[in-house]
Amino acid sequence: MADNKMSTRDLRAFFHKVEALHGVTLGFAGNRVTAIIGPSGCGKSTLVRCLNRMHEVVPGAACTGQVLLDGEDIYAPAIDPVQVRRRVGMVFQKPTPFPTMSIEDNVAAGLKLNGIAVSRAERDRMVEESLRRAALWDEVKDRLKRPGASLSGGQQQRLCVARALAVEPEVLLMDEPCSALDPISTARIEELLLELKENFTIIIVTHNMQQAARCSDFTAFLYAGDLIEFGETKQIFTTPARRETEDYITGRFG
Amino acid sequence: MTLTKSAHSRRQLFRKLKSDVMVGLTVLATALALVPLFLVLGYLVSKGATSVNWSFFTRMPAPVGQSGGGMANAIVGTFELVGLACALGVPIGVAAGIYLAENRGGALAQAIRFSADVMMGVPSIVVGIFCYATVVRPFGGFSTLAGAIALAVIMVPLVTRTAEEMILLVPHELREAALALGVPRWRTSLLIVARTAASGIATGVILAIARVAGETAPLLFTAFGNRFWSTSLLQPISSLTMQVYTYAISPFADWQRQAWAGALVLTAIVLALEIGVRWLTRGDAQVAR
Repeated sequence: MADNKMSTRDLRAFFHKVEALHGVTLGFAGNRVTAIIGPSGCGKSTLVRCLNRMHEVVPGAACTGQVLLDGEDIYAPAIDPVQVRRRVGMVFQKPTPFPTMSIEDNVAAGLKLNGIAVSRAERDRMVEESLRRAALWDEVKDRLKRPGASLSGGQQQRLCVARALAVEPEVLLMDEPCSALDPISTARIEELLLELKENFTIIIVTHNMQQAARCSDFTAFLYAGDLIEFGETKQIFTTPARRETEDYITGRFG
Repeated sequence: MTLTKSAHSRRQLFRKLKSDVMVGLTVLATALALVPLFLVLGYLVSKGATSVNWSFFTRMPAPVGQSGGGMANAIVGTFELVGLACALGVPIGVAAGIYLAENRGGALAQAIRFSADVMMGVPSIVVGIFCYATVVRPFGGFSTLAGAIALAVIMVPLVTRTAEEMILLVPHELREAALALGVPRWRTSLLIVARTAASGIATGVILAIARVAGETAPLLFTAFGNRFWSTSLLQPISSLTMQVYTYAISPFADWQRQAWAGALVLTAIVLALEIGVRWLTRGDAQVAR
């Protein structure tokens, strides 16, 4: 799998002494959407959080094994986690616009908070491009100075996508980005995924199997911290190789 | 199950009666709790209002036997002492609060939190004596600086603990969102977490100011008081509280009247600060949502 943008090798994640991931080896193809499905508590979120070194932010959390980004181990001692997170962006379950910032400041937050000075024009261009990519520009272009929290839930989530894109990451991790959204907003985010994969590698955690089937190219099924099955989405959902996968996608458990 | 209809309604009536009595008792208790407050305010206004006039704010204390005069130096002194105490205490308090919130479980954090809690319970006169021994004695005498340090010592634990509590109220998701953007932890703590908690921290600071503005005991051995303008931070300085104290225990009717006026002005300042806090935090419910 030479064209994998990211991959994991024997990735084990721990919370204190409890092992939450039991050695996951998995590849994520570049410019594709990979969905990670599985029942609650199976380690989906933990897995994606290991991919941009957000797992270790939780007290007592640690992991072993390798995570390769363009062939380079992001857990190598010389690697700064801050730099990893700029290359591997993340959108969370709940929309989290920064409450003290306006819509445009939220989008530009990645630059501003990192103390990167850009010209006004450059900043405006970047804000517009990111909002366009997140399919939010037309809805907010007349109220960029309003607080980010004044938007609806679905708009806030797209604002968070725009904010993540503004730092120009290579990979975008999405941890159940639609679970707090209504069906219309969910559909917008799903459309967005298809556009975004032109430029980004996307890894999405979802509880919703239809969502995985609709918008992903590859699907990984996780159960109780083990990777049960990985393959093309079509194959996973039509001819799963493993019994557990079939039981899960047909709704017999989980 | 065998109760008749009238028994039911009797029981309902009894429950309602019981509820009304209890509500009545709590209202009564609230009213009783408020009585001293209004008595103090009313008494202050009736005794002090007549002596609060323009010269009270602009004139210096008159020598014994002369009528008139004011507390201009004490009013300025209070602002000077409190302002300097803030400059010293607020940065330390806020920084310590951030540290406590960021390192919740650490042994050092536990120790700091415990000592801050103990410090809040230390009588303020003990702080005065402490500063007398550690600042006034070694550095050659009473001074504005020593008074401000004493007030800052009182402020720091208050500000530390409120800052910590306010920062802990900031949703964890916001911190993660900033970290996931590739923002270093220290910038996240300052620019997102502390910034989001800023209005709450400001509230804590203002409450701490209101608390120390009314302190007398820690200033007696540090700032000492001064009947004239204090022209240097290394000179003794007056404050409203000390001036009220000196005048109130004096045998002169004119001074006693001025003491009432000073008490009224001080109360008005503290009240204005508390109302300012209310105004500042009125939008907080909106932010939290």
